[in-house]
Amino acid sequence: MAEVVFDQASRIYTPGATPAVDKLDLTITDGELVVLVGPSGSGKSTALRMLAGLEPIDAGSVRIDGRDVVDVPSKDRDIAMVFQSYALYPAKTVRENMAFPLKMRRMDKEEQAKRVADAAELLGLTDYLDRKPKALSGGQRQRVAMGRAIVREPRVFLMDEPLSNLDAKMRVQTRSQIASLQNRLEVTTVYVTHDQVEAMTMGDRVAVLRDGALQQYATPSELYDRPVNAFVAGFIGSPAMNLLDLRRSGDGVTLGGMEIPLHREVRDAAGSADTVTVGVRPEDLALDSDGSGGGVKAVVDVVEELGSESYLYAHMAEDEATTLVVRGPGRTNVRYGETIALRVDADAVHAFDASTGARLA
Amino acid sequence: MAATIEDTSTTTSAPARTEGSRRPSSVGPVLLTTLTWIVAIGFFFPVLWMVLTAFKTESAAYTDPPTLFFSPTLEQFEAVFDAGIGPYLANSLGATAISTILVLLLATPAAFALSLRPVEKTQDVLFFFISTKMLPVVAAIVPIYVVVNEIRALDNIWTLIVLYTAMNLPIAVWMMRSFFLEVPKELLEAASIDGASLGRTLREVVLPIISPGIFATALICVIFAWNEFFFAVNLTAANAGTVPVFLVGFITSEGLYWARLSAAATLAALPVVLAGWFAQNKLVQGLSFGAVK
Repeated sequence: MAEVVFDQASRIYTPGATPAVDKLDLTITDGELVVLVGPSGSGKSTALRMLAGLEPIDAGSVRIDGRDVVDVPSKDRDIAMVFQSYALYPAKTVRENMAFPLKMRRMDKEEQAKRVADAAELLGLTDYLDRKPKALSGGQRQRVAMGRAIVREPRVFLMDEPLSNLDAKMRVQTRSQIASLQNRLEVTTVYVTHDQVEAMTMGDRVAVLRDGALQQYATPSELYDRPVNAFVAGFIGSPAMNLLDLRRSGDGVTLGGMEIPLHREVRDAAGSADTVTVGVRPEDLALDSDGSGGGVKAVVDVVEELGSESYLYAHMAEDEATTLVVRGPGRTNVRYGETIALRVDADAVHAFDASTGARLA
Repeated sequence: MAATIEDTSTTTSAPARTEGSRRPSSVGPVLLTTLTWIVAIGFFFPVLWMVLTAFKTESAAYTDPPTLFFSPTLEQFEAVFDAGIGPYLANSLGATAISTILVLLLATPAAFALSLRPVEKTQDVLFFFISTKMLPVVAAIVPIYVVVNEIRALDNIWTLIVLYTAMNLPIAVWMMRSFFLEVPKELLEAASIDGASLGRTLREVVLPIISPGIFATALICVIFAWNEFFFAVNLTAANAGTVPVFLVGFITSEGLYWARLSAAATLAALPVVLAGWFAQNKLVQGLSFGAVK
């Protein structure tokens, strides 16, 4: 049970170059599950490893329950980590693997056995306790790695892409298991992933990183509804938000000859800029099915039918280079090559500065 | 690729065959197998000859052409022991065993540091280690002799132990390093988070993984130390002489007695063969260490 604070924490591999983690400020409250997400090279794993004590903290500080851990070795930080590769000790049985951190802390033998048995029960590993890791499936290995973290009853769980070596079905299943386990144990958890779906579904709060810098730290719904910049807007959500650089005209911007209105605050924030980056989520592009002709014309390139919904990948009728993704109804009758008309509501438009990418109002 | 190879071998080995009768057949592989056997027997024959001759009488050993079937005798081995191979065997065993243990004790931490805890100068250090093998031993023997003589350590088994340790250490460090490099870094990180000390991590996490590598390294050290001749012949005499020295002395003192020399040589080769046989399973695992997984 602990609060974790990154305070201007930086990791600089080579002086002068861009820091791997640049002045990260992050407060993770007790019992919270926070997901660090970003593309590869964004510094999310490095940030986690700084908290784990596997990377030095070159500037700033990291505090666990108010205690600065910059000079504290990993083993004294009272943390447990689940690695992407699981890092199980190959020569030890499942039981020995899970008991190892307890043995290293010279815990009473009976207590060790009890904790291992409890964790094995919780994770459904009781029948496998005497096996070696190589005789386990990927999902079982993953659970052993979880078990080794749980038995410690640490103050903080660290998870570095723990699901990325599992197949798609296992991943979804294990994702919810981890989330419910974390809810039950109420241990502060920092979870690193490159998968924004994992971030959205698991995190109480999500920190989006890019090039070592924190972009936005918010709840999943806030990230989705009010991304602070074009990067977050494009990164969160699947399929990604449509982001288009559009010219200003009148009270809005022009898309395929149509004017998309912008709110007054956005126009004020944009000032005199003559282009604005406009973002519209696929579900906010309405198919103008009655054909009254008021919408933006686009030609369908690909139809992805998912059953409950469909995604239409289209390009503008007037401009081949501009492509859009539109969410349509399930079992749509729209086909490849058809021209569709789209409408956009001003309330659904996200507007960003075309040069900095920052959100406009 | 495989099909292409087979095609060429069939056409070159059986050019007379008509197109119609061509099967994806066996002439090429059979030829290759035969060739392999011939080469293998060619390499093995001298050893076989040596072992066979060791069980012959001296007169039978001189028969021309050599006989393959004869009534074996142990008299040559008795003669070799009578000539006093015992102390030499003991010296060889001692020098080999102790130097190998010392090498492993020193090389393991060195290889660990050089593979899993690299620093800026790691590459230079590695090069320095291997560079000590670049100077021919012949070129170094005079200063070594002078030093050993000065400290009054000639004909002393510990001199050989120190030299054999120094001789095998660079190779052992390099070999062990390549095995250590195969250890996933996350394992060490997991161990450090789990609270294991460095020694504990080495013993409980790393060594079980690289034990095949340790066996392989030990076997190489044993072979090199056991077969070492140059230091032994120059720095030892009656007290600390090793088996190779004994063998040579045997030739000069007894003249060309083939059967007796063969018996002595067989005895000299036996421990290495035994060590190899003993370590075989471990060694195969060790050599294929990187390939699996």
